[in-house]
Amino acid sequence: MLENYGYVALFLLVALLFAAFMLLLPVVLRLFKIVPRKPNPAKNTPFECGMETIGRSWVQFNFRYYFYALLFIALDVMAVFLFPWAVGLRQLGTFGFVAALIFVGIISIGYVYAWRKKALEWK
Amino acid sequence: MTAAGTISQASALASDWPGNFWLHLLVFALIILAFVILTVIILIWLERRLLGRIQVRPGPNRAGPFGLLQPIADVVKILTKEDTVPGWGDRLVFWLAPLVAFVPVLLVFAVVPFWNGALLADLNIGILYVLAVSSVASVGIFMTGWASGNKYSLIGAMRDIAQLISYEIPMMLSLAAVVLVAGSLSLNEIVAAQDVPYILLQPMGFTIFFIAALAEANRTPFDLVEADSEIVAGFNIEYSGMKFAILYLMEYSEVVFIAAIATSLFLGGWRGPFLPPFLWFVIKMFAVFFVLIWIRGTLPRLRIDQVMAFAWKFLLPLALINLVVTGAQVVFWPQAPYWSLVPINVTLLAALLLLWARFFRLGGSRVGI
Repeated sequence: MLENYGYVALFLLVALLFAAFMLLLPVVLRLFKIVPRKPNPAKNTPFECGMETIGRSWVQFNFRYYFYALLFIALDVMAVFLFPWAVGLRQLGTFGFVAALIFVGIISIGYVYAWRKKALEWK
Repeated sequence: MTAAGTISQASALASDWPGNFWLHLLVFALIILAFVILTVIILIWLERRLLGRIQVRPGPNRAGPFGLLQPIADVVKILTKEDTVPGWGDRLVFWLAPLVAFVPVLLVFAVVPFWNGALLADLNIGILYVLAVSSVASVGIFMTGWASGNKYSLIGAMRDIAQLISYEIPMMLSLAAVVLVAGSLSLNEIVAAQDVPYILLQPMGFTIFFIAALAEANRTPFDLVEADSEIVAGFNIEYSGMKFAILYLMEYSEVVFIAAIATSLFLGGWRGPFLPPFLWFVIKMFAVFFVLIWIRGTLPRLRIDQVMAFAWKFLLPLALINLVVTGAQVVFWPQAPYWSLVPINVTLLAALLLLWARFFRLGGSRVGI
């Protein structure tokens, strides 16, 4: 069983090498003058539709998904706990089913509360 | 319903099939790389041709017969383009981002079975691995948006994260329902357990998974990340040359990945009569591609508030109900015959969809961003 994780780890290495090879290909081709390199100040500014960019993009701006992110953590953890339960439900039987029902019910109360408090609206 | 392993384990390939550890790794690494890249090339050609058909125009038809050589022409063009790096951005992150985005998508294919036992690593936590690794690609997309130093890119990247975290949960819950029915997390065992394709036993699970997968792969109608008409091309706006090619490859590999997962988990994977298993796998994948391209040619793009509301108010409750119903079926009616279970589940899907659609309204007013 453990050797399977070895396969995955080594395949990660293969994939990294493959992607790095593709990334570095233009660098090599530039040496052979196949890929041109003619930077100029106008080309290096960020793209904007017909006008010059005003200010940098690394500023604080309000993006409205904090509520979603908080809810996501609660529900994601719930989903992760449900996977082992799902594999073994046949052995767990009725008791396991009711236990998971209570568990999902508790999380659902929080979810319904968030809905009622309009935390799910994109205002 | 039966537990995993109705197909005899004896017919499966050995876990180190051609002989030993290193040979297995080499063969399957090559198979996966070739499979992904070839499928992506065919998919791009197919998509452009089919979209052309749908929009009553020829599509690419100059390079070779039926435009078949168009992908090669594109590769040559992309290799001779200048590799620009924006002066206002973060150079290191800008270089690393395509790598971080592309590698996880490739890694997912390590657990996809091409036929019985023919997969790189038969992990016993297959589905969890798929869900965990595929989410990492979003980090790469966020890196592209942040490092470009462009406002459109940043907005596109932000939207990607918002969309991903919203659609991750319905997707996980719908896959948990599949795990309930199959009783295993390993993709190969789930395929082996499908005497009836799970699209029939789990119609609601498939619907939820398919919609969520569209959103995760940023396909129309959820392609807000690269909405051409508002944020021009979103996260990959500053990229050119080979880096752009990797990002493009990443997007289409994600499409191949969702098609492969949908095929394995819901359409019976490599199982089918007469034809060799691998061919069945590819045929089913291309059927999924066809539906994806069809959807792209038909549906308009949604707005961000609609996308978020759809995930949280429509898909999530349905996924929870589906999970509970499936759990009850597994526990209280384990010997249920397929001919009774399939109509019940299909009726349930239709009833719930109609019910939810009646009292669920997408916001109609103006919104920002």
